[in-house]
Amino acid sequence: MKYEVIDHTADFGIHVFGADAKDLFANAAFALFDLITDIDALKGLDEHKVFVTGDDWPDIMVNWLRELLYLWTCKEMLVKTIDIFYLKEFELAASVRFDPYNPDRHEIRNEIKAVTYHQIQVEKGPLGWESKIIFDV
Amino acid sequence: MTIELKKIDDYRWELPKTGGMRVPGIIYTSASMLETIKQEESLKQVANVATLPGILKASLAMPDIHWGYGFPIGGVAAFDWENGIISPGGVGYDINCGVRLAASSLVEKDVRPKLEELINALYQNIPSGVGSTGFIKLSIAEEKKVLKEGSRWAVRHGFGEDSDVEHTEDKGCMHNADPETVSQRALERGRKQLGTLGSGNHFLEIGVVEKIFDKVSAQAFGLFEGQVTLLLHSGSRGFGYQVCDDFLAFMTKHVKKLGFDLPDRQLACAMIQSEEGLRYYNAMACAANYAWANRQIMLHRSREVFSRVFGLGPTDLSMNLVYDVCHNIAKKEYHIVDGKERAVCVHRKGATRSFPAGHEGLCEKYRKVGQPILIPGDMGTASYVLVGTKKAMEETFGSTCHGAGRVLSRRAAKRASKGRAINRELEDKGILVRWTGRSTLAEEMPEAYKDISQVIDVVHGAGISKKVAKLRPIAVLKG
Repeated sequence: MKYEVIDHTADFGIHVFGADAKDLFANAAFALFDLITDIDALKGLDEHKVFVTGDDWPDIMVNWLRELLYLWTCKEMLVKTIDIFYLKEFELAASVRFDPYNPDRHEIRNEIKAVTYHQIQVEKGPLGWESKIIFDV
Repeated sequence: MTIELKKIDDYRWELPKTGGMRVPGIIYTSASMLETIKQEESLKQVANVATLPGILKASLAMPDIHWGYGFPIGGVAAFDWENGIISPGGVGYDINCGVRLAASSLVEKDVRPKLEELINALYQNIPSGVGSTGFIKLSIAEEKKVLKEGSRWAVRHGFGEDSDVEHTEDKGCMHNADPETVSQRALERGRKQLGTLGSGNHFLEIGVVEKIFDKVSAQAFGLFEGQVTLLLHSGSRGFGYQVCDDFLAFMTKHVKKLGFDLPDRQLACAMIQSEEGLRYYNAMACAANYAWANRQIMLHRSREVFSRVFGLGPTDLSMNLVYDVCHNIAKKEYHIVDGKERAVCVHRKGATRSFPAGHEGLCEKYRKVGQPILIPGDMGTASYVLVGTKKAMEETFGSTCHGAGRVLSRRAAKRASKGRAINRELEDKGILVRWTGRSTLAEEMPEAYKDISQVIDVVHGAGISKKVAKLRPIAVLKG
């Protein structure tokens, strides 16, 4: 399982899992777009590079998802695949493949308006990495 | 963590000063609602806000308090203008989310036969739903003018009348707005969304004045029993979100340099009297102005729809703007603290301004009775019009509640609505609904919200605003 949805009174969040940090960050990105649209309906026509930094693991997680959400809210890009080719404390570089949004082809399932710091968690446990992130919807 | 509260009177409970709190907390609520509040984290958040530098008198919570990011929703906090902080978390993501009410010359029996046509036409003409874009596409240069001028920009471009500007909080413009303080991203996000409703809890509602409680104020506001009204709830769309997001990220870093030990990262802030603090204040004002222009344009479009459907010209329809209030904002205002008038920065996050009769911030028409306050309820119940009071000036920095507040999460609401046709249930109650999002209706079902009348009883009983009229919905358009 890559992620599960967390229920929250006014909003909702995700509980994400990963074998290692790269896997965790890629799965968090997948979760974000899986909530926004039907990823199976995307082709991944174009490529876009993303680079983010942070002060600590929670900060870089928020910045990473914030950057991806920006691709959707401002650039109308729907991301299909994520290739994180560099990740260390606390820098991340990735290449994503996306389709430009087409209202006739792409269903929008949820409007996610912001990625928040609320109760943010990014942890390395005995069985791998996990993270909790709440979205403002 | 358990928080002990001390009862002050039937409507107020004190959260005593402990730990790093600089002032106590005061919760406006009732004994029955208090139990639900205690189950949430929001009381902890009231205490957290009380630790911030420059906070005056008390960290306040309105009866519709619920959990928010950093600051609770339904929270009011005033900080000293010279030695206090300003915080994006104290305003919220949807900067100048607010409500406007217009009252027509029509009564329910004029509208009923054409109600379906009316709501369908509104649905066609007011873009709504996830990421909705409008019929106005702005250049960046023009968008900056919207950010500077607010409602006035809309009226200047033919969307409305001068009296609309007059009947808007702060005349629909915060003059400190500086478009150079907002990011390219915010500008990009806002460019195509002007004149759109958005999604979530935003709505447009046709209602009927069901009951008048205060004849004098109602008359001044132009309201009478049986009258058909239009209520609009929307904000600054993606633009405001981006401004908030940009400044939260920036202030999270900035606050570390200041050496503040914050109990929650989302209380990130800056001193008002600093380049960083003023930059946020001026950027926030841009979003506030965007929201006012947005609601102004939608009001104008709605008037056109009414005109067409009922074949009435503007004079016969006389759909006057009663008022427009914002409920997510930080503003410089003057209040009496310890017997002296002081400039303060009042943060209202899910709280509405409640200025009394005689206040110079009110337009002439309302200066005799006080400011109209608009409190939307859920789509199946009622909304209220209140009036501002002197007591609010004395106790709550001129503030009152803003709405009902959720009780069910969106997913819980979806579960509760399984197998039910919410639109049919509402239709049986005489309320027509139109909606865009796949799950909007289930998520926004009436049971997902607290009982608005309980919230109103508290603010009325406590005297921080007084009941004027109750509106009953007859048709609702949801994003």
